[in-house]
Amino acid sequence: MQIPTGTEPGVEGVVLKADVRDLDFYYGAFHALKKVSMPIHDHKVTALIGPSGCGKSTLLRCFNRMHDLYPGNRYAGGGIVLYPDNTNLLSPDVDPIEVRMRISMVFQKPNPFPKSIFENVAYSLRVRGMRNKNELDDRVEAALKEAALWNEVSGRLKELGANLSGGQQQRLCIARALASDPEIILFDEPTSALDPIATASIEELIIELKEKVTILIVTHNMQQAARISDFTAYMYLGEMIEFGVTDQIFIKPKKKATEDYITGRFG
Amino acid sequence: MNADKLQRIRSIILRAKRWDLFFTLLGILSLMVGVLTFTVLFVDMAIQGVPRLNLDFFTSFPSRRAANAGILSAWVGTVLVMLLTALAAVPLGVAAGVYLEEYAPKNWITDIIEINISNLAGIPSIVYGLLALGLFVYYFGFGQSILSAGLTLALLILPVIIVATREAIRAIPQSIHEGSYACGATTWQTVRDHILPYSSAGILTGVIIGMARAIGETAPIITIGALTFIAFLPPAPFSGEPPAGLFDWIFAPFTVMPIQMFNWTSRPEAAFAVNAAAAGFVLVFMTLAMNGLAIYVRYRLRKNIKW
Repeated sequence: MQIPTGTEPGVEGVVLKADVRDLDFYYGAFHALKKVSMPIHDHKVTALIGPSGCGKSTLLRCFNRMHDLYPGNRYAGGGIVLYPDNTNLLSPDVDPIEVRMRISMVFQKPNPFPKSIFENVAYSLRVRGMRNKNELDDRVEAALKEAALWNEVSGRLKELGANLSGGQQQRLCIARALASDPEIILFDEPTSALDPIATASIEELIIELKEKVTILIVTHNMQQAARISDFTAYMYLGEMIEFGVTDQIFIKPKKKATEDYITGRFG
Repeated sequence: MNADKLQRIRSIILRAKRWDLFFTLLGILSLMVGVLTFTVLFVDMAIQGVPRLNLDFFTSFPSRRAANAGILSAWVGTVLVMLLTALAAVPLGVAAGVYLEEYAPKNWITDIIEINISNLAGIPSIVYGLLALGLFVYYFGFGQSILSAGLTLALLILPVIIVATREAIRAIPQSIHEGSYACGATTWQTVRDHILPYSSAGILTGVIIGMARAIGETAPIITIGALTFIAFLPPAPFSGEPPAGLFDWIFAPFTVMPIQMFNWTSRPEAAFAVNAAAAGFVLVFMTLAMNGLAIYVRYRLRKNIKW
């Protein structure tokens, strides 16, 4: 279901999963996203980069309507269309809970619930009405395996999630996000609170996960974007400066501003 | 560094440290005023009252003769009133706190409500007594009963519980909150599965602080007309002839510990003062026991909560 978007990805055979179109967003009076447009390709990793305050996390949090939790936030125009069903995620008619059921999220700081490892993963299944014990067991095990955590925790599923190391906690949160079989997973700087070894294992995991799910990741770390993403978007001051195939963005950026940021002359 | 310079630095430090010494002494003194006063009062009361404590004291009704008088109706009354207070105040207070934190839109109306809840906590308890006399005793026709007293004290401690609930909820990190919503949970699911379980220790602390205040309240209870001399117990469910109903006791007249103490201290005979001291010791012990329980339960609840 290919729909032409203004931004040419330059790669054959990609399928569009979502499309951000002329999105405007306000925090109160502050214009945080200005006519942002970009495609999200199915089963690819798309990275959002840019200096602090450029709006990349704001854009990410539009995808699961996280902004709806706080007063004063306003989607002021444009939208995010999810394919294949052509649903505008930001439409007032669309229930934010329905959006969060389809698109899950992994946060900057690992945030396991103060519950057991099992219950942490099972929670996203329980809110979807799953009660059957055997089914829950199977799905939790599958999610922990996909998050490359099963071997480390299989014998202690009843222990508190908070007893795990930082990297394990983040993989637990990834398992929680995966368990409900989402269409897209949003990662908000998932490795910024982790050491280099834990970071490497999370990055490896993200690359494997694109077989199963579409991934959108915000990162402060340009090397990380270069290592794991297929597409990269560079944002600055709430505007989309450039979107393209990651190699092209990092080797031959079309815009001077992008080149300045990539090469470290700015930001 | 030469010896002269070193000497100068040392004398500066010495002079600066005198202020540390001064404030340490001042702090200890301030602490002692509070702690010593309470200790002296409590020890004095214990010396007078503890020899009077025996089983008969707990199982006898008040009497004209000091030696025969006991606190049976008073402690039963206090326990029953506290039970009703908790049953009424905890659900209302927790529900109001959760609503204000999780559901209420943030606008000027909720701001006004918030300010007024804090103000309510500062209203003199006698005013609650007057309100209850008009509302519960006469308008609703509950009479001078355990039910009226329980509801009055519930109103009195409601602000404490609401404020404690809100603070306990605010102590939950934003990331846990967002994590629940990101899983696709509704507000109610977030409250039931996360907010209430993780804030229960803090809520419990607020409930106990409120109850500890309520257990010693005298003025509003006198205002609604608790009796000072009661020589019978509220009817136990299904007892007596004809059998009492399951909830008949809530409409019974009653007295409570502070009123019993007040009654005894106003008697001229010295033996009644001893009775009052003994009852006071029991009342303080009840409060401390409640606080002890709260600390234990809080410790048990917090053990499994790490962010």
